[in-house]
Amino acid sequence: MRWNFAAALLAVSFLMVGCKKHPQASDEIVVGEFGSLTGATATFGQASHEGLALALEQINKNGGILGKQVRVITEDDASDANQAVNVVQKLVNSDGVVGVIGEVASKRSLAGGGICEKYKCPMLSPSSTNPDVTVEGGKVKSYVFRICFTDTFQGSINGQFGAAQGWKSVAMMTNVDEDYSKGLAKSFKAEFSKTGKIVAEESYSGDTQDFKAQLNRIKQQNPDAVYIPGYYNEVGLILPQAKQIGLSVPFFGGDGWDSPLTLKLPEAQGNFYSDHYSPDDNRPESQEFVKLFRAKYNKTPDAMAVLGYDAMRVMADAIKRAGKADRQAVTDALAQTKDFPGASGAISIDAEHNARKPIVILQLKDSKAALFKTFQPE
Amino acid sequence: MNAHDLAQQLIYGLSVGATYALIALGYTMVYGTLRLINFAHGDVYMVGAVTGFYVAGWVSQWSIPIWLMLIVVLICSASACAVLGYGIERFAYRPLRSRPRLVLLITAIGVSLLLENAFQLPQLFGATPRHYPQQMTSELLLPVGFLGLTRLDVLSLSLSIILVGMLTWIVLRTRMGLALRAVSFRFDTATLMGINTDRVISFTFVFGSALAAVAGVLNAIRYQVDPLMGIMWGLKAFIAAVLGGIGSVSGALLGGLVLGIVETLLRGYFLPARYSGYSDGAAFVILILILLFKPSGLLGKTTIEKV
Repeated sequence: MRWNFAAALLAVSFLMVGCKKHPQASDEIVVGEFGSLTGATATFGQASHEGLALALEQINKNGGILGKQVRVITEDDASDANQAVNVVQKLVNSDGVVGVIGEVASKRSLAGGGICEKYKCPMLSPSSTNPDVTVEGGKVKSYVFRICFTDTFQGSINGQFGAAQGWKSVAMMTNVDEDYSKGLAKSFKAEFSKTGKIVAEESYSGDTQDFKAQLNRIKQQNPDAVYIPGYYNEVGLILPQAKQIGLSVPFFGGDGWDSPLTLKLPEAQGNFYSDHYSPDDNRPESQEFVKLFRAKYNKTPDAMAVLGYDAMRVMADAIKRAGKADRQAVTDALAQTKDFPGASGAISIDAEHNARKPIVILQLKDSKAALFKTFQPE
Repeated sequence: MNAHDLAQQLIYGLSVGATYALIALGYTMVYGTLRLINFAHGDVYMVGAVTGFYVAGWVSQWSIPIWLMLIVVLICSASACAVLGYGIERFAYRPLRSRPRLVLLITAIGVSLLLENAFQLPQLFGATPRHYPQQMTSELLLPVGFLGLTRLDVLSLSLSIILVGMLTWIVLRTRMGLALRAVSFRFDTATLMGINTDRVISFTFVFGSALAAVAGVLNAIRYQVDPLMGIMWGLKAFIAAVLGGIGSVSGALLGGLVLGIVETLLRGYFLPARYSGYSDGAAFVILILILLFKPSGLLGKTTIEKV
């Protein structure tokens, strides 16, 4: 009996700890971050977080915002959309953050964005490109923003790139589990069909490990190139298997390819992908970022890192312009962001809460991504 | 699509199915003795792949032929998983054996979650998928000359058949097999007959886990290693075991091969291209159909060598 009582007391005390509100200390500004630090797309979340941490360090070294130091609470969603909902709910409701930064993958930004809309907390996605992240059913979401281009733009640039390469027939492989992949495939198809022919539209699911059945069917169609709008972990499985079955045509894709793992993959060399930025970019903001990043982490930053860095700085800039750590004021300030000198390019938030930015095509060569071509937004 | 392509898709299906079969044997053996669906089995398969990854990194520095390397990797990883399987049974399941079966089932799910999450820690493996050493994979994935069959496909097919043959021999011809059949026939009576049931059950876990480790190493060479690789393959192998008739050794082999072939043919032959991504669902549709129309599975009723 006494033990039961003790156990009940213990349980209640745990509950109380769990419910305890963290009131925002007046001498600091708290921002939330959610990302895939573990799980299937872990390198995205880790790179994005490294960029963000670098920006945070710089901001606090230069005196913080509005005379206060900035603290970022980082939550891992383990590359899982359900987990993303939970951690964003925690950030918004029990941590009382002034704004949320995240995610890389569109599916999880969509999930987290729903929570931020509900509780009227501004959310800034560094690198989710699916159109629905900021616009739902023709209506712009009031509290969700991003500092990158959308898949509609990226997919159509991929289509233009394919045409410019002189490819007449292209096969596609889409991940039916990912909004990102489906969005890219749709706008790629619309653009490329103007000049060439889509000869195969294969699909796979996120759990697929064996792609030989699909690749073999693509091989029958004898395409000039294969378009894979997927993530790096899938690309890492598809390219070696394509080589195994003797499908040796160029492969290309979107920014989901961007990962140290793709760079190192021997079968990926010579292939192309579109991205937000190239480390060869010689604008001063970009060069300064690359220098700082190399000094801190001793490696070359990828696009997810540069966008994580820019997201933190844009958020800080919005809080500064808002003049107070208030969610509504920060939301309004974010919407008015104009010509912010980001490391990934000048950032202006448009009426649909997206940033219109140039897009680069990179080619993998000797385990490095070399700048191949730049496309400007129309 | 012509006959050549069909044959090629069949080969892909067989090589995938062979690994399903190896994992399915573990489900089937444990179910045969304990009437327990060991949901941690898919994660034992993952631990096999991870152990193989570390051993492969180590032996690839020796200058020995690839086949010898592979044997070392397979033996080390099978032994490690045998120990793990023994440990899981000894410490997680045995203390609860007299409790209602649901308790065991939930414990199995708990062990599964523990392994999945523990191996996502950077100290053990980390969340990022990794590949076996290049020299090993490139050599083993060379084509053998016809129908896009690789050395690894030939190896995994023959290994599954040999191991199933070995298991059948153990079950039908040895004292341990006799004890196994007795335990599977009637657990409490077997105890009364002086059979050491604990030993028999440990044997099923040890042997089943070693087979899963072999499958883990083969698949890790073919694809990659990641801490969550056991979830989908574990589920599919479980379906293969049910399809073949859970509790039946030859049923596990048949179920695995049939599932592999059906999936691959759907993906590469029957389903229109844009729906091929949904072929994973096929396995679950098969599970539902089997449970509805023939719950004992393809070989469930006729077989005598129930383990």
